[in-house]
This record gives sequence, structure tokens and C-alpha cells, in this order.
Amino acid sequence: MRILESGMGELLQPIDLDEFRQWNREKKAHGLVDKLMTEQEAISRFVYDGCYIGTELYGTVRAPMSLAREVVRQGKKDLRVAGQGVLELDLWLGAHLVKTLDITYIGLEVYGTSHCLRREVESGRVEKVVEWSNGGITWRFKAASMGVPFIPVRSMLGTDTFRYSAAKVAECPFTGMKVCLIPALILDVGLIHVHRADRYGNAQIEGISGFAFELARASKRLIISAEEIVDTEEIRRYPDRTTIPYYLVDAVVHAPFGSYPGEMVYMYERDEEAIREWVEASKTEEGTQAYLNQYVYGVANHQEYLELVGWERLQRVKAAVEGR
Amino acid sequence: MAAPNYNPTELMICLAARQIPDGVTAFIGTGIPMLAASLAQKMHAPNLIPVFEFGGTGAILKRLPRAVGEGRTFYRGLVASGICDTMETAARGFIDYGFLGGAQIDPYGNLNSTIIGPQHHPPKVRLPGSGGANDVGSLCWRTIIIIRHDKLRFVPKVDFITTPGYLTGPGAREAAGLPPGTGPYRVVSTLALLDFDEETKWMRLLATNPGVTVEQVIENTGFELIIPPNVGQNEPPTDEELRILREEVDPEQFYI
Repeated sequence: MRILESGMGELLQPIDLDEFRQWNREKKAHGLVDKLMTEQEAISRFVYDGCYIGTELYGTVRAPMSLAREVVRQGKKDLRVAGQGVLELDLWLGAHLVKTLDITYIGLEVYGTSHCLRREVESGRVEKVVEWSNGGITWRFKAASMGVPFIPVRSMLGTDTFRYSAAKVAECPFTGMKVCLIPALILDVGLIHVHRADRYGNAQIEGISGFAFELARASKRLIISAEEIVDTEEIRRYPDRTTIPYYLVDAVVHAPFGSYPGEMVYMYERDEEAIREWVEASKTEEGTQAYLNQYVYGVANHQEYLELVGWERLQRVKAAVEGR
Repeated sequence: MAAPNYNPTELMICLAARQIPDGVTAFIGTGIPMLAASLAQKMHAPNLIPVFEFGGTGAILKRLPRAVGEGRTFYRGLVASGICDTMETAARGFIDYGFLGGAQIDPYGNLNSTIIGPQHHPPKVRLPGSGGANDVGSLCWRTIIIIRHDKLRFVPKVDFITTPGYLTGPGAREAAGLPPGTGPYRVVSTLALLDFDEETKWMRLLATNPGVTVEQVIENTGFELIIPPNVGQNEPPTDEELRILREEVDPEQFYI
């Protein structure tokens, strides 16, 4: 295949598919093993300084917020991050934990640009930034999940998003057309929040699945947090609902309101006031650290965080769920 | 002249909504596109099928989504799938319209939402990045750009091409490998409605907004626009559009 152009961005995570296969053969339990543990245990066992890590979905929607806060609490640093996020990645940036970024979107959605991203990237504290589109980064997970080194797509072509990526443009050997080759991205650790899972890691997601399917299959270690832990009989009753099968999963964490202050569709709404609190606090370095002191370092775990937020508020977001 | 009974954001939403025909599929991003799609659905386009990148297709936009993944993006929807499905659907040619915004736009409709300044890293100003914009601008048939109109935004050359317009001019998209027949279709701004000349792919003034002169549009654009002999005038928002927008689309006043 003729390579016509190469993006100048660095491949932040090497693509070693045979090592991935070996890993999946040797380091993952192929039988049913109880993986239920706390956030504290899961993060300390599987997330390490300098690891390549990604989260799903978006900080205000079904994001693994209790896991993201635990990463901050344990001060896991020099993280190489798949940058598609809102509040969860903002917390890591605010806590100065991010060293390099494959970025597609980090922002505050309706509230605009991320202040933490700006401070960390403009100061150069985030050392390398490689650009992708949302489709692009998800197809990177998809390539890894297929066990192939790249996928040809028709996005990113002709733009600076391509020029500052680590993708390549090639001539298709079958049609002669130009295609953008998106390299596989194998994550050291993936974090996903789901509606329910059993203790082995069989997980169900309701509503849109975002990129959970792809990210789960592209991760060497996968930590699942779930609103509800169910009996495996429940999984066996509707196996068609299993988005993430047990063998992909290394840890299962019971995290009710695990996406708070974001929403969990059909279960609770987002807490606008709490989201605005972060938007305001994150505007300054001092505000950011004060927020982290109060809501992350100042509480020992997710349970204490929920008590700090208060059950009255949590009941309110639950009651706000709209009928369908 | 009496002060208008609407603000610039409301005007852009109404103008954008009018660009969406009934019975089409449209990729909808955060912000004004959501309001425009919702208004269109409640006015003239009940069969508009909104597609949200994280998997929501065919929602009834009863209440305004605040994020492209939230429950309201598939409220009474037809499909709740994932981002690969929606992007690949666009790649196969099923998505008629895509809505885009940005911090900068150039005469060929190229958009920047990545950085401001000459250097990529570290940049003078870091913006959120492409998100789904590059994919939407690459793969949807017609993209509609919604952007405030001033010289900081309408620039001769964007600092970074996040999302492809017509790139360097006629034939450039196809030469880069992008699907033929795609590209920017309209620009809805606070001052005017614009499109792109069929031959040169250069931005052209179609119609000015109520109370805005052609000269004002020219003064607020950082490059030379094509000004045809007959420039139209956009109708102001109707009472019905404003009522639906304020009472039904965004009663919480998230955006307006």
C-alpha cells in the first residue's frame, strides 16, 4: 500500500497486537471469577503512574465519576489519556495528572471551553497533544477490538486535524481511492460506568452505548462501575443485553450515583447546580484546588462523597427523571 | 427603527431552523443546532430525524438536550446505538445535513475549533478540539455552519483547519479523498445568510438579516465576500417562531 502522507503527531501508545493477544490469553481470567471490589482497590491495583488510560462516555453522561475521583485521590500521575471527555478529564487536568493527550474533545459542552485544559495545555504542562476526531478515536478503539493495526476511514482527510494526528493517508490497494489509516489504540486501562453488572463483570448499558463497546474491547485492564450489582441469573435471562462480557473486565465496583453530577439515563438526571459549581471553581487554579480538596481529597471514598452531596439532592435528581 | 423583539441568538436559531427541510436526516451538535432542530421539528419539519453522535437517532425533541449523549437525544427516539453506528451511517451517505460551529471560518468554509495562534503546541489558546465536527464536515452531504459574525471569526485563513470546508478551493475535497458532492452548504450568522459559489467555492452573501446592510456585512468580514447583484433580506422571526422557541424549545433559557 502506498503511503501518501503521514500525520506528524506521535503514536503515544505503541500498537503491539500479538502482545495484546498474549496478554488476553495469560493475564485475563477466561472463566468466571468474582471481581467485585471497591473503587479504592480497583484503582490501586490497575491504574499506575504513566499508564495509558481512557474513560467512557462523557463527564455529564454515564461517566465513571466515582472512579475518576479515586484516580485523583490516589494521585496517579503522568497519565497518557484518550482525550474525549468533560468533567472526568477536567478533574485529572485540574489535579495536574495528565502528561500527554490524544485529544478529540475536552470541553464543558454548553459551558464552553475547559479552563483546566487551557491552563494545562497552554502552559505546556501537558507535554504532547495529538489531534483526532471523535469518529477517529473511536475507530482506533475499534481497530484494537478487531485485533488489527489500523482501519481505513474517510474522515480527517485534508485537514490540520489529520496533520497533527498520528494517522496516515494511503492509496487503497483495491480502489485506488485515498483513505485515512487510523491506527489501533490499545489502552492500558479503561474505565466505564454501566447501569448494571454481575460480580463477574457481565455488564448491561441502557440507552445509547456511546463507545463503550469499542473501548471495553480495546482495554488491557477494564474497570467497570455499576449502579446496581445483579445476580448472574439476571444476566442469563437477557444475554442479548450484555454489552460488555465478563472476560474483558478486571474489576467490578458497585457505585450507585456513580455518574453524578452527570446523568444516568432512566435512573437520575444531571445536577445542573453541581455542574455549574465545577464550571465556576475550575476558572482559577485556586478554585480548582479548593474544589478538589472539598469533593475529592476531603472524602475517603464514594460513599462519603455521596453523603457530602446529601441524599436530599440525590433523591431530587432521581425524581427529575422524565417519563418516556 | 424600533429595537427588535428578539436577540441575535434567537435570530440565528430561527434562520437556521428555516434551512432544515422536513423528512431529512440531520447530524446535530451541542448548542444552537439543537435549538434550531427542535424549532424546525415543532414548526415545519415534524419528520426531521435528528442524529446525535453518541447514538441517538429520531428523537422527539420535546425538551432541549444539553449534551450530545444525554437521554433527551433519544427521547422517544427510534434508535439508541453508539458513535460508530452514527458516524458510519454518515460515511455510507445517509445523513443529509450536518450542523457545525467554530471559533473561526475562512472563505472556503474551513472551520477551526482547536487552537488560536500560529503554534500548535503549546498554543496561545487551546479550544476543545474537533469532537465530531471533523467527521460531520467530512461525511454529511450538506453542512450548515452557525457562527457569530465579526472579523475575529470571519478570517482569511483559519489558524487550524479542524473541520474541512472546501479546503483550498474547487476540487480540493475530492483530491484529499473526501466523498464527492459533500461540503459546506450555508452559513447562518448574526448578520447574514451566506453560501458558496458553485464555481469557485468562495463564500457568497445570499441575504442580510433584518436591519443589517450589505456594507455592515462587508465591514465585519475579514475577507472579500462575493456580493451578487441581488442580495436578499431575511425575514425577522415571526411571533409564532419566537413563542415556540421561548415557551417550548428553551423554556429554561439555557441558550436564549
